[in-house]
Amino acid sequence: MPEYSLNVNGKIRKVNVEEDTPLLWVLRDTLGLTGTKYSCGEGICGSCTVHINGKAERSCVLTIKDVAGDKITTIEGLAENPDHPIFKTWIDLEVSQCGYCQPGQIMTLAALMNENPNITKKEVKENMNTVLCRCATYARIDKAIDKLVEEGK
Amino acid sequence: MKKQSRREFIKVFTMSGTGLFLAAYTPMNGFFKPGDDPKIFSPSVYLKIDNNGIVTIIVHRSELGQGVRTSLPMLVAEELEVEWENIRVEQADGHPKYGNQTTGGSQSIRKSYEPFRVAGATAREMLIAAAAIKWGVDVKKCYAEKGYIVNKSNGKKLSYGELVDEASKLPVPENVLLKDPEDFQIIGKRIHRTDTPDKIYGKAKFGIDLVIPGMYYAAVQRCPAIGGSAKSFNDSKTKSINGVVDVVKISRGIAVIANSTWSSFKGKDALVVDWDLGPNANVNSEIIRKNLESKLNEEGSDIEIIGKPNSDFSNNINIEAVYEVPFLAHAPMEPMTCIAEVKNGKAELWAPSQNPQGLRSDVAKALGFNEDDVIVHVVFAGGAFGRKLVSEYGIEAAEISKASGKIIKLTWTREDDMKHGVFRPASMHKLKGAVDGNGNPVLFGHHVIAESISAQRFYRALPVKDSDLGEGTKKLSYKIPNIKISGSIVPTHVPVSWYRSVYHTQNPFAVESFLDEMAFAANKDPYEFRKKMLPDNSRLKAVLIKAAEKSGWYNKLEAGKGRGIACAECYESYIAQVAEVTVINNKVKVDKVTCVIDCGIVINPDSVEAQLEGAIGFALSYVLKSKITIENGGVAESNFDEYEILTLNEMPKVEIEIMKNTYKVGGVGETGIAALAPAVCNAIFAASGKRIRRLPVELS
Ligand code: FES
Ligand code: FES
Repeated sequence: MPEYSLNVNGKIRKVNVEEDTPLLWVLRDTLGLTGTKYSCGEGICGSCTVHINGKAERSCVLTIKDVAGDKITTIEGLAENPDHPIFKTWIDLEVSQCGYCQPGQIMTLAALMNENPNITKKEVKENMNTVLCRCATYARIDKAIDKLVEEGK
Repeated sequence: MKKQSRREFIKVFTMSGTGLFLAAYTPMNGFFKPGDDPKIFSPSVYLKIDNNGIVTIIVHRSELGQGVRTSLPMLVAEELEVEWENIRVEQADGHPKYGNQTTGGSQSIRKSYEPFRVAGATAREMLIAAAAIKWGVDVKKCYAEKGYIVNKSNGKKLSYGELVDEASKLPVPENVLLKDPEDFQIIGKRIHRTDTPDKIYGKAKFGIDLVIPGMYYAAVQRCPAIGGSAKSFNDSKTKSINGVVDVVKISRGIAVIANSTWSSFKGKDALVVDWDLGPNANVNSEIIRKNLESKLNEEGSDIEIIGKPNSDFSNNINIEAVYEVPFLAHAPMEPMTCIAEVKNGKAELWAPSQNPQGLRSDVAKALGFNEDDVIVHVVFAGGAFGRKLVSEYGIEAAEISKASGKIIKLTWTREDDMKHGVFRPASMHKLKGAVDGNGNPVLFGHHVIAESISAQRFYRALPVKDSDLGEGTKKLSYKIPNIKISGSIVPTHVPVSWYRSVYHTQNPFAVESFLDEMAFAANKDPYEFRKKMLPDNSRLKAVLIKAAEKSGWYNKLEAGKGRGIACAECYESYIAQVAEVTVINNKVKVDKVTCVIDCGIVINPDSVEAQLEGAIGFALSYVLKSKITIENGGVAESNFDEYEILTLNEMPKVEIEIMKNTYKVGGVGETGIAALAPAVCNAIFAASGKRIRRLPVELS
C-alpha cells in the first residue's frame, strides 16, 4: 500500500492506505479522529465536513490522493481552542441534541465565517442549508448563526 | 432548611440487613467491600458516593439527544442536596436490575421521576443518620446542604465523603421524605446538558466511533428483497481486496471482515451473491396500498364505541374522507452500528441501543446463550427515533463475531439502513362525521387500516381491540355523543416498528384534519369548533386556548397565507399547535409554528423546548418530503437524496409555551409530533382551499 503524508491539525501524519480510501475513513479509522462523522458517504449530508486549506469540504467524497499535501483541519483541531465563539455560542444556546451532525455544522460555519468576515446571515444560511440534522436542531442553529454573524460585525 | 412538613412521604421497600430495594430494584453492588478505595456508598442502583464526596449518578436510559444524562441526574441531585457541579454521570449497562431501560414511549422522565428522587432522598437520610451518630445527636438536629450534613446546634459540618463509611453500615429507612415541588432548587431550572461540550468538540464517542483493542471492521450484504436469502455467493473478488480478512455467512446475509471500515464496504460491494428473492419479490407499494384500500368499505373491528354510532344520521350534514400515509424510515444520522466480542460461550456488545435489555435477550436467544452470559454496554446514539429499539443489527454483529472468532465493529452504510431497516407502517383512514343543523357534531367515526406493529412483531392473532392501531385516536377528549373507532390489521412483509410517537404520526393527522373538515361543513371556525367540544376542566382545552391566543388566531393574514390549528394528547401530555403557512404556486412554506404544551412538572425547560423544536422539524420532514417506496419486495430509496429530510431553510420559526402546573410528569420527546401534521395541513387548506389527505404533501 502506498504511503501518504498528511498535514492534519498542524501535525504531519504518515499513513499507509489504498489510494481510493476516502479521507473520512483515514481520519476515523487510521488516525482515530472520530469527531468527523459518517452518515451518507455521498457528499449529501455534511456530517463529515473538514477544512482543506481553510475551506469546508466533505471528507467522504475526497480520497487520500486528493488531499495529500493539503492543510487539513478536523473538529478536533478547531476544538484546540474550546473558547472559539462558535463553541461558546453552541453551548450557550444548547444547540446540540444527539450531537452527531454538530461537528459538521460547526466546521461548515467556521470555514464560512473565516473565509469571509463580512458574510451576511443569508449567505451563511444558504450555505448551511445542505448540512442535515435529523434531530432538526435548525431553530437553534439559525439563532446561533444570527448571533455569531452579528457579533462578527 | 426545607420545611419538613411539606415533604411528601414515600415508602421505601427494604430487605433485612443493610441491603436495599428502591421500588423493585436491587442495589448494584451493595455497599463497599472492605479495602475498596475509594470506598463507595451505593444505596441504590442509580447512585454511588465515594469517600472523596464524588456523587456518581447511574443513568439507566439511553442518551439519544433528549438530554436524559442531564435530566435524570437532576432528579437525584435535587433530593440529595448536592451541588450540580459535583455530580458525575455514568451510563448503565443493559440489566434487569435497573428496572425498565427501554428509551421509548417518552417515558424516561415519567417513569424515573419518583425512583430517582427516592434514591437521592434515601442517601440523604442515611447520611444525616450517619452524622447524627458521629456527633451523638438526634437526627432532627442535622440537615443536608450542598454536599454536607450540618449540625444545627453548633453549625459544624461533615462532608458526604466523610460520612460514606458510617452511612454504609446503617439500615435503610422505611420511608423517606421527598421535597415539595415549591422547594425545588434544581428541578425546573435551565441546566446545561452534561454531554454537549464533548459532543461538539468531536471528543464524545458514539457507537460508531468506539474502538476496542484488537477489533476488526465488518459490513454485510443483505438480500434486496425483504425476506429473501442467499443461495450461494462468490467472494473471490472480495478476498482480493487489500484489507479484507474474512467472509462469513450469517442469518441475514454475507459479512465481510476487514481491517478498516472502507475495506469492509468495498469488500461487501464486490461480493457476488445469488439471492433467492423469496416470497415477496413482486410486492410493491401499489399492491400494499390496494390491500389497505380493500378494507375501506368494511367496518373494521370495534376499538371504541361511544353512544350509538350505528344509528341513522341521515337528517344531519354527513361527510366522509379517506386519509393515507406511506412507510417512513427513521434515518438517524448515525447509521446502525455495534461492536461484538463473542468468545467461549460469552458475548459482550457495545451498542447505541434504545433497548439494551431487549438486545441482551435477543442476542442470547440468537446465539443460544444464557442471558447472564451476554453483556450489553450502552453508548451514545447519534439519533434514534425508535430505530435503535430493535435488535437485528446487534444480532448480526454477534453472529459475525461468533462465526469469525474476532472482535468486530459492524457498520451499516446509509443505504443499508434505508433499505434494510424497520419502518413506520403505511396506513389508510376512513373518516365519517355528522353535524346537526346548529353546527354541533353528532357523529365521529374513524376506521384505521394498517399493519399493527405489535401483531407483526409479537403475536399475529392479536385482536384489533388489543392492538396498537387505536393509539392517538381512541379516548379522545372531545365530547361527541356518538363515536366509533374501529380498525383493520393488514399484514405486510415490510418490517414495521415504533417511530417517534408511533401511531400518533398518523392517527391525529387523520382525526384533526377531519375535524377541520367537519368544522368547515358546519360553517364554524375550526378553533371554536374544537373548543366547544372540549370539557371546561380539560387540560387539552387549556393548551388549545393558549395556542390560539399566542398565535393571534383571529389576526388577518395576507393572501396566500393561512393558519391551521390542531391539538392532541400524547403520552400523558397535552399539546396544541398553530401553523402559519404560505402557499405560492403550489409550493408550501411553513413560516411559523406556535406550540403550547402541558407536560405536568417540568424538569429541564430548555430540554423540553429543544425536544419540541426538534419534533416539529422531524414531523415536518414527513409532512413535506419523506416517503419510503416498496419495489420488487425491497425499499427503493437508498440515501438522503431520495429520502429527503427537512433542511435549515425549511425550518419554521417556533414559539413555545410550557404550561406551569404540578400535574404528574408527562412525556415530551414525542408529544411535539402529534399535532404538527394536521396543524400544517389545516393551514394549507386555509391558505389555498386545498385539503391535504395524503402525505407527504403534493399540491397541484
Ligand atoms: S457523510 Fe459526507 S456528506 Fe454525508
Ligand atoms: S443533533 Fe442529532 S442529527 Fe443533528
